[in-house]
Amino acid sequence: MVETVLRYRTDEPVADPAVTVDAFAAQGNATAVRIEPGDDALALLPYLDRLALIEVNFPSFADGRGYSAARSLRERGYTGELRAVGDVLLDQLSHMRRCGFDSFAPDKPISAEAAEAAFATWPEVYQQTVDGRRPIWAARHGTKDA
Amino acid sequence: MYQYDQHDQAMVDARVAEFRGQVARRLSGELTEDQFKPLRLKNGLYLQLHAYMLRVAVPYGTLNSAQMRVLGDIADKYDRGYGHFTTRQNIQYNWIKLADAPDILADLAKVQLHAIQTSGNCIRNTTADHFAGAAADEVADPRPYAELLRQWSTFHPEFDYLPRKFKVAIIASETDRAAMRLHDIGIQIVKNEAGEIGCKFFAGGGMGRTPMIAPCIAEFVPALQMISFLEAALRVYNRHGRRDNKYKARIKILVHEIGVAEYSRQVQEEFAHILTLGLEPPPAELDRIKAMFADPGLETGLSDDLDRSDPDFALWVDQNVHAHKQPGYAIVTISLKPTGGIPGDATADQIRLMADLARDHSLDELRVSHAQNIVLPHVKKADLYRVWQALDAAGLATPNLDLITDIIACPGLDYCALANARSIPLAQKITERFADVGRQRELGELKLKISGCINACGHHHAGHIGILGVDRKGVENYQLLLGGAESADTSLGTITGPGFSEDGVVDAIEKVTDVYLARREGAERFLDTYRRIGMVPFKEAIYG
Repeated sequence: MVETVLRYRTDEPVADPAVTVDAFAAQGNATAVRIEPGDDALALLPYLDRLALIEVNFPSFADGRGYSAARSLRERGYTGELRAVGDVLLDQLSHMRRCGFDSFAPDKPISAEAAEAAFATWPEVYQQTVDGRRPIWAARHGTKDA
Repeated sequence: MYQYDQHDQAMVDARVAEFRGQVARRLSGELTEDQFKPLRLKNGLYLQLHAYMLRVAVPYGTLNSAQMRVLGDIADKYDRGYGHFTTRQNIQYNWIKLADAPDILADLAKVQLHAIQTSGNCIRNTTADHFAGAAADEVADPRPYAELLRQWSTFHPEFDYLPRKFKVAIIASETDRAAMRLHDIGIQIVKNEAGEIGCKFFAGGGMGRTPMIAPCIAEFVPALQMISFLEAALRVYNRHGRRDNKYKARIKILVHEIGVAEYSRQVQEEFAHILTLGLEPPPAELDRIKAMFADPGLETGLSDDLDRSDPDFALWVDQNVHAHKQPGYAIVTISLKPTGGIPGDATADQIRLMADLARDHSLDELRVSHAQNIVLPHVKKADLYRVWQALDAAGLATPNLDLITDIIACPGLDYCALANARSIPLAQKITERFADVGRQRELGELKLKISGCINACGHHHAGHIGILGVDRKGVENYQLLLGGAESADTSLGTITGPGFSEDGVVDAIEKVTDVYLARREGAERFLDTYRRIGMVPFKEAIYG
C-alpha cells in the first residue's frame, strides 16, 4: 500500500495505522486518525499536538466535505500530515493541495508525473488559502507575500 | 467595463488547455463518460437529448461589442446559426460537437469570455441587475462587487464539490430586477446610516421543486468583508448541506431545516474566525475594479427631446425604453420574444447586429437580462430612432417588454434531457393568441413564465402567471399558477387546480386575463388585482 501514496513532506511517515475518530478518542495515545465526511474535523482541535497524520476519507469524489475539513484544520494550526484517501481523482489533486492536503492515497493509483502535471494546472490562484501561494490580488498590489 | 489583465487571461487560458487535455483523454477512451461528466460540466458542457449543449458565462450579464460579435460567430461556426440567451444571463448553444468544444473555449478566451463553472455543483456565474450602472435608483454599481466575487469564486478549491449548485445574485437598489431573493445567496449593496457601503445578505432562496424566498441572514456586512462572509456562508453549507438526496441538497433546505437563526449563528461564528486569517482582497483591488466601471463615457448637457411622430416608434419607446440616470440618455431593451418565436433565441446575424448597435450607440456595452432579453444600457435619446429602425429591420423591435408575450421559457422537451413537457411550442401559441399589441398593452404588466419540468428553469413560481409542464401518464400536461412575483415584493405562485392540455392552458390564460379586465380597479396591474381578490374568481372562470 505504501508505494501508492503520493507524499509531499520531508519528515518520516507515521508507522501507525490511522484509527477512526471513536477509536482515537478512546485510545488516548494514537497519533493517526481517519475522518469520514460526516465527522466534525474541529473535534480534533484539542489533539492537534499529538496528531502526526490525519486521513480524510473521500468515499465518493463528489462529496466535497473533506476540502472544508482539511482547510479548517490547517487554518487552526495543524501542521502534521494531511492525507486524502479513497475516491481521489487526478483532476482533484490541485484543489486538494490548495486546501492543505500534502499526501494522497487514491484508490486508483496516480503516477507521480501525472500528479506533478495536475499541480501545475493553474499558473496562478485567485484565493488565499493555506498552501502559501500568493493570490492574484496580492501580486497586483504587492500587499502580501505569503 | 472590466478588462482582464495578464493574470485573468492566464487563468482562462489555463482552463482552455486543461479542458483540451480532458477532451483528448475522453476521446481516446482514457476517461469514461462517468469520469468525464463532472469535468465537462465544470466547463458548461451538457449532454442533452440530441447533442452536446455548451453554456457560456456572461459574468453579471455584461458584454462589450467584441464579445457579443464572437458569440454570434460561434453560433455560425459551431452551431446552427443561433444561440439561446438564458434566465441566468448566459448564452447556450444547443448543437455542439465534443471535439469542437476546446476550440470554442479558445475563441471565447480571446475576447475574455469563458464557460467556467456554468454548471456542476460549484459556485455558478454570478448574476446582477441588468440596468447596473445606468439606473438612477442604485446606491452603487453592483458590478465591481460581482467582479470581485467572480474572481474569488473562480476555481475556488474548497467549493468545487458542494452538495449542489450554488447561485449568487447581486443588486444595488430597492427595485429588484434580478430576482435576487430567489437565489442561494442574494446580495443587496446598501448604504448604512454612516454613509458606508456594505452588503445585505440573503440566503436560501430558490425555485425548483421546493421554492423558497431567501430570508435575510445579515443586515450589513462592510463591503471590504464581503469575500470573508461568503467564505463563511459557503463553508457552513459545504459542511452541513444534505448529500443524501439531491432534491434536498440546495442551501434552502439546510436553512429551512436548521432555521435561519441557527444558520446565521454558524455563519457568524465562522466569519469571525475567517476575519482573523486576512484573506480578503485589499481595498486597492476593489478600487482597481471600480475604476474600470466608473465612467463608460457618458456626455453631459444632452437634450431629452424626442421626435415621437412615428407611431410605431413611439409605441416601442413607451414599452421598451427606460429612464437613464444621465439626462439625454435612455436604456433600451431589445425583446427576444417576437410573436411565434422561441423566447431568448437570436440568430448569428441578429447577435452581430446588436453588437454593432452597442459599439455605435451604447458606449460599447450590452447586457443580458434574466428575462432573456438584451439591453443597450447607454443610448443617446437623439440616436433612439436610428437604433429602432435598425432593430425593426432585423425583427428585433417587438414592443412587448413586461407584457404577456414577453415570456420566460426554459428549452423544455425540445432540447432538455430533464424536461417532462415542451415549453417552446406553448410559448409560441401564447404569443400568437395574444399577438395584438393593443390587447397586450390593455393587459399591462403581466409576467408569464413557463417551465417544462419541476426544476423551474423557466421561473414559473415567480410568474404573475406561471405554467409548469408535467408528464401525466405519458401525455404532456400543464399546470397553471397565479400570483408569483420576483421583484422587491417577491412571492410564490399558487396552482389553480387540475392541469390542462397545451391548447387548454392557452384558453385558461385567456379566461384569467378576462377576469382581470373585468375586476381591476384603477391602475391595478394583474398581480395587484390577483392579490386583492384572490384565487377564487379566477378558479371559477377557469373551471366553472
